Amino acid sequence: MSLHKLGLVELHKKFTAGEVTATEIVCAYFLRISQVEPKVKAFVTQTKDAAYRQAEELDHKLKVWRKTHRLTGMPLAVKDNICTDGVPTTCSSRMLQHFVPPYDATVVSRLRSQEYILVGKTNLDEFAMGSSTENSAFGPSRNPWNLHCVPGGSSGGSAAAVAAEECAAALGSDTGGSIRQPAAFCGVVGVKPTYGRVSRYGLIAFASSLDQIGPITRNVSDAAFLLQAIAGHDPMDSTSVDRPVPDYMKALQKRDLKNLKVGVPVEFFAEGLDSEVEQAVRAAIDELKQLGAEIKEIRLPRTDAAVAVYYVIATAEASSNLARFDGVKFGFRAKEAKDLLDLYMKSRQEGFGPEVKRRIMLGTYVLSAGYYDAYYGKAQAVRTLVCQDFDAAFKDVDLIVTPATPTPAFNLGEKSEDPLQMYLSDVFTISVNLAGLPAIALPCGFSKAGLPIGLQLIGRAFEEDTMLRAAHAYEQATQWHLKKPVIR
Amino acid sequence: MIFEAVIGVEVHAQLRTNSKMFCGCGTTFGLSANSQTCPVCLGLPGSLPVVNRTAIEMAVRAGLALNCMITENNRFARKNYFYPDLPKGYQISQYEDPICQHGWIEVAVGTVTKRVRIRRAHLEEDAGKNVHGTGTAGSRVDLNRAGTPLLEIVTEPDMNSADEVVAYLKGLRDVLMYLDVCDGNMEEGSFRCEPNLSLRPVGRREFGTKVELKNINSFKYVKDAVEYEIKRQTKVLNEGGKIYQETRLWNIDRGETAVMRSKEEAHDYRYFPDPDLVPLQLNHEWVEGFRSSLPELPAARARRFVSEYGLPEYDAGVITTSKGMADYFEVCVKQLKEPKTVSNWVMGELTRELNNSGTDITASPVSPERLVDLLTMVSTGVISLKVARDIFPDLYRSDKTPRQIVQEKGLTQVSDEGALEKMIESVLGSNPTQVEQFKAGKHQVLGFLVGQVMKTSGGKANPGKVNELLKKKLVV
Repeated sequence: MSLHKLGLVELHKKFTAGEVTATEIVCAYFLRISQVEPKVKAFVTQTKDAAYRQAEELDHKLKVWRKTHRLTGMPLAVKDNICTDGVPTTCSSRMLQHFVPPYDATVVSRLRSQEYILVGKTNLDEFAMGSSTENSAFGPSRNPWNLHCVPGGSSGGSAAAVAAEECAAALGSDTGGSIRQPAAFCGVVGVKPTYGRVSRYGLIAFASSLDQIGPITRNVSDAAFLLQAIAGHDPMDSTSVDRPVPDYMKALQKRDLKNLKVGVPVEFFAEGLDSEVEQAVRAAIDELKQLGAEIKEIRLPRTDAAVAVYYVIATAEASSNLARFDGVKFGFRAKEAKDLLDLYMKSRQEGFGPEVKRRIMLGTYVLSAGYYDAYYGKAQAVRTLVCQDFDAAFKDVDLIVTPATPTPAFNLGEKSEDPLQMYLSDVFTISVNLAGLPAIALPCGFSKAGLPIGLQLIGRAFEEDTMLRAAHAYEQATQWHLKKPVIR
Repeated sequence: MIFEAVIGVEVHAQLRTNSKMFCGCGTTFGLSANSQTCPVCLGLPGSLPVVNRTAIEMAVRAGLALNCMITENNRFARKNYFYPDLPKGYQISQYEDPICQHGWIEVAVGTVTKRVRIRRAHLEEDAGKNVHGTGTAGSRVDLNRAGTPLLEIVTEPDMNSADEVVAYLKGLRDVLMYLDVCDGNMEEGSFRCEPNLSLRPVGRREFGTKVELKNINSFKYVKDAVEYEIKRQTKVLNEGGKIYQETRLWNIDRGETAVMRSKEEAHDYRYFPDPDLVPLQLNHEWVEGFRSSLPELPAARARRFVSEYGLPEYDAGVITTSKGMADYFEVCVKQLKEPKTVSNWVMGELTRELNNSGTDITASPVSPERLVDLLTMVSTGVISLKVARDIFPDLYRSDKTPRQIVQEKGLTQVSDEGALEKMIESVLGSNPTQVEQFKAGKHQVLGFLVGQVMKTSGGKANPGKVNELLKKKLVV
């Protein structure tokens, strides 16, 4: 059996049992990458040499003293907006094409201390702004289920790499659905943790109050396993929360959903929802009921405002976060600038792609004198209302179930000329970020065209354990995750 | 027309923390370029700020000393603008809900005491420094200073003259130095002030158009710049001209202000709450703990020195300017109940030696105990005041006791009447003219004769005793 077919937890078991060496694992994965990557294009940078070197060192060390960590020898991919010391971190932008961070993001140093092996840095929409990876300065990634379709975004590279079995698992980042939407499109599992659960230190910020790093994996237990490795307080991130991290793997042991109340928000089953998606999600809800969950209809009345609120707050923060890319200190610098102002303008004009510029302009506008109250101020107020919707709902239920996306993966180029249509593909995921809640996307069926359909479960803040438990029970009952794409 | 100047002041005080506002880098002045930097203060992509607790403490203590309300739920905001010395493209500052609000400080100008209201004091991070080379050398950026904590202290427009502005700034600087939250060094930029100033006809309530002054790094320049600007604006208005809202730079060489930027060029800073920093919740008891442990502040201490020790106001003012000096004074006075003598010595000889050697009074080689020893020798008549002054430099430069020095140099004062009388006889014998003059009623020559005796004794004679004995001899 080819090693690349194993998920993270299985591979780790095999490795700790001594049945396979780190070098064998790395060989198997880079063989797989060489076969499928030319079609899938999931990576911006591959770290083959370093991975081989590291694997040899690990194997050598283990011969002397057989002590393994949670991720020893595990080949993982990291989204290319998460800083890796000495490895280019481009944000799929011309602006950072040659940027090599001198430090590791906290999540990366945690992976490193648990002896993971970095396979490569995955493609994304430039600065995580987009829903298809078509906004990458280095070209789009493809959906392994259908190479004419987008893998979703912005963590499209990570989701595609996991679905195409080019890594055991990957990290993504989620600002408005950027983990869950591509996970749904690629038929894999994606977790956006509670805001503050995972350190953002070293994640190149898009929208600081919404960004969160999370795992993209082949199944729910892999997600629990990888989340465990990265979760927890970080003194370097003031917004990370100092509270104990539950044992997520242990939480998965309970296989039924008795005493669990699951809410179904009526607003998420409205116009614009693809009928195949609705069918699959309704079936999934029935399955949850079969497993013992009590299903309740709930209301989240401000859902319709979420996209608007999001595009004010996220762009406002982005306009400020991206101000540091000015051609002065790091990243792209335009040639032949006449003076300082010209240097700024040319560097930003040539370094950023159109979607990034669009969002910087929008964000600058909503923070401007005279417009602040009407846009940014109002958006913050409505954000509070969105949070209150969830607070009220979670008084009655333990989990909320929704479709992860309105449609299955769309074709490359289908929405790239229409930003608004593109923005609406995140309509089911955005409000979760506004409220800072944890959510998971996992496969719940396939369209007639053979594209995966994703289910979303939303949990209470810091109750990833309950969310993972329900997702795991559903997954084990349905086995959608066992279906693999044929890449051609 | 007669105009009245209306002046407010913004001060940027650099807080004396060991590390920067939002990262662990050091804050030492003058190290090699970019040697005190890390991903956070370089603004590297992905890095995040974490608030320096000591800076918060210092801001709270300064706020309490300035009679401010402490905002227990305050937050940081981003001030967005582009400049090469600003690595993130925004400065982390406070906008709404600054940490200190609505305070005041009392300022004395001449005999008048005035209350200057503090509108707000907020925390922010400093920028780096652009270094411009000549010719093709280009410009470089040094980010050592980037991220250093600043407390920006803003007054209401409560001052009306250059003297009031200077008095306010001195008073404020004293307070901050007393609290040890700022070193007050204006030349190195640890205490930077920007007055803003407008004129209005005396009696009118509405304000005129405001001009902001920058590039002022000494109290003298504050006075010069404000006075210049009052004159300039008065002239413009009297000639029917218009004052434009602008920022003007003080030109030291030319002694005048010149336009730096006009209102039209002013930035829209697009302030918004910094999402990387959660709102700062200050525990009420924690804040109150600082209130009860505030040191006695300079103004109150000066008043006490006048009432308790009978010092002249001038002396009390000078001595309490520095906490170290005031502490030194009080240690001395506890042992030697001659406050005025002590203040003369502390402000005179001691300060001169300290200034010459660039030493802070807290590290003075002459401890309060040694100074008291020396002064006690004067008051008990062992040595004369002159001898004490003469040997002070030796005292400052060695670790001998005053007594040792006096003995080594044979400077013990002669008070023995027999010995003094011998000297007097000899002086009277060799100055018959002056003796005659005295006897004829010209008593001023007594001074001359005392001097001659002192000279004969090599300065060791007790001048009081000499005076007394001389009179006795001459009057008989």
